[in-house]
Amino acid sequence: MERKQHGTGEVVFNAINYTVFILYTLICVFPFYYLFINTISSNELTGLGLITFYPKGIHLSNYIQVLKLKGLPRAALVSLARTVIGTAATVFASAFLGYLFTKKEMWGRKFWYRFVVITMYFNAGILPWFITMMNLGLTNNFLAYILPYIVQPFYIILIKTYVESIPQSLQESAQLDGAGYFTIFFRIVFPLITPILATVAVFSAVNQWNSFTDTLFLMTDSKYYTLQFVLYRYLNEATALASIIKSSQGPVNMNLQNMQTPTSVRMTVSMIVVTPILLVYPYFQRYFVKGIMIGAVKG
Amino acid sequence: MYYDRRKRIVIKDKYRLFLMALPFLVLTFLFSYLPLHGWVYAFYNYRPGIPLRQNEFVGFYWFKSIVSNPTQTAEVLRVLRNTFAMSTLGLLTSVLPVIFAVFLSEIRVDWLRKSVQVLTTLPNFISWVLVYSFAFALFSTNTGFVNRILIQLGVIDRGINFLASNKHVWLTMILWSTWKSLGWNAIMYLAAITSIDPELYEAARVDGAGRFSMIWHITVPGIMPTYFVLLLLQIANFINNGMEQYYVFQNAINKDYIEVLDLYVYNIGMIGTSFSFATAVSALKSLVSVFLLMFANGLSKLVRGETII
Repeated sequence: MERKQHGTGEVVFNAINYTVFILYTLICVFPFYYLFINTISSNELTGLGLITFYPKGIHLSNYIQVLKLKGLPRAALVSLARTVIGTAATVFASAFLGYLFTKKEMWGRKFWYRFVVITMYFNAGILPWFITMMNLGLTNNFLAYILPYIVQPFYIILIKTYVESIPQSLQESAQLDGAGYFTIFFRIVFPLITPILATVAVFSAVNQWNSFTDTLFLMTDSKYYTLQFVLYRYLNEATALASIIKSSQGPVNMNLQNMQTPTSVRMTVSMIVVTPILLVYPYFQRYFVKGIMIGAVKG
Repeated sequence: MYYDRRKRIVIKDKYRLFLMALPFLVLTFLFSYLPLHGWVYAFYNYRPGIPLRQNEFVGFYWFKSIVSNPTQTAEVLRVLRNTFAMSTLGLLTSVLPVIFAVFLSEIRVDWLRKSVQVLTTLPNFISWVLVYSFAFALFSTNTGFVNRILIQLGVIDRGINFLASNKHVWLTMILWSTWKSLGWNAIMYLAAITSIDPELYEAARVDGAGRFSMIWHITVPGIMPTYFVLLLLQIANFINNGMEQYYVFQNAINKDYIEVLDLYVYNIGMIGTSFSFATAVSALKSLVSVFLLMFANGLSKLVRGETII
């Protein structure tokens, strides 16, 4: 019952604490909201910077027109493909390797585990990496978005720790029944580690979706441009952007008020890039804390 | 290897496990170890597109030129200054997530605490390109949100070009990275706080401890081990700022202050023509960062009796 005796100090502390956190939360969320209200508002008002706290002249033509821009649907497809395929490959490899590294009977297990984990702490630098990618034929090649990301030491550590925490007897009894390593992995281990797999999947998907520098380094052919890369170009190349808009709109435009402008295109593409994150994020949020805690054990 | 009754080749378990891992070990070799071979480019006068054999071998020329060529020395020093400035600011702000977590856990209203946690973590999951896009929308000269509000409030009469300015670049960069990562970094500490034994708080309350003394004597010591591990990792990464954030925010005006090592290597190696010089700088950087990691690891062993790697 002591908790009910709020002193003045307590009240003041709470008031300040709550206010600071609420303000900071608003700062974190506002940019998302600001961009959104601008994309659905009259482009004339947006262009003048007159949309500040709530939308005016709501319309959806920005989204419709932007999705018609040449190259954008393709970039979206590339981004989507690398995210889906890359995530699936990374999750599978991390789970499988995490499982294999728990097998004490593996030849040279300690050595190979270190061989993988140590790569977390060093890299040759971006130029030698670029040369290697070039020599491997991974410039202007979709595989460059997948292959280098398959083996991720941090995820392997997370999963290995998790596999070690589930009772060994389950695997042993399956082994007595004649199950091989693959069967044990797919039938017994895999279903038991889904919480950690969800964490790894989200991390990996977000990384794939957000990746930008690999396109910058490796891709000169616009076929392989990702949404992030296209957005970056839109942010920087105002003149190019203006001409793209002009050519995509043609003479039969709707009302002038909602004609696409460089600003409206930038903001709309940004919203398209951020939407998948906003969609998956709330659902998987609860896994993060758990995942990061397990990682903290050895991360 | 031996034959079983059905004359099929049976590989011993220990090798079979290794063979199952082998494809992934090959990938690790290709993408993490093979690039180390690229350091040889630092010993040549390399021009991209021409096979290495046809380039002139120059030995340690590029390494020496870092200290012997005054223009290049000045450039490297400028870049090191920026790198050190950003990393030092990063180290100084590393207590912010701790403070954030401590005070957030003092919020007793469940839904509010959870909402704050969820919403402040969100920026961590967007790309730097998007952060830049936000910066573009909020801070552009005439139409940006911040300038509009400041003009309306009468603080300024003309828009300030926040993005193309060489003043306070380090400060704005640390502010953006704080905005992006503060909530996320606090999660680790929040997790550490929830694992503190509640009986400690009970006992302290019985002894008449107030809110602040409980924070100071129980919560803070409870999360210090986590803080030290993360701090040491940050020290190990002192010269690795990465380039993405600085790449997207760089422009002709702020370049002198925003170029950190990684970005500099990119700018002179990929955009410019000094591929070999850039490789030399980047190889040195990798060596220094391995050294820093070993230093941080040794420090950890000394202070906490545990290693971080």
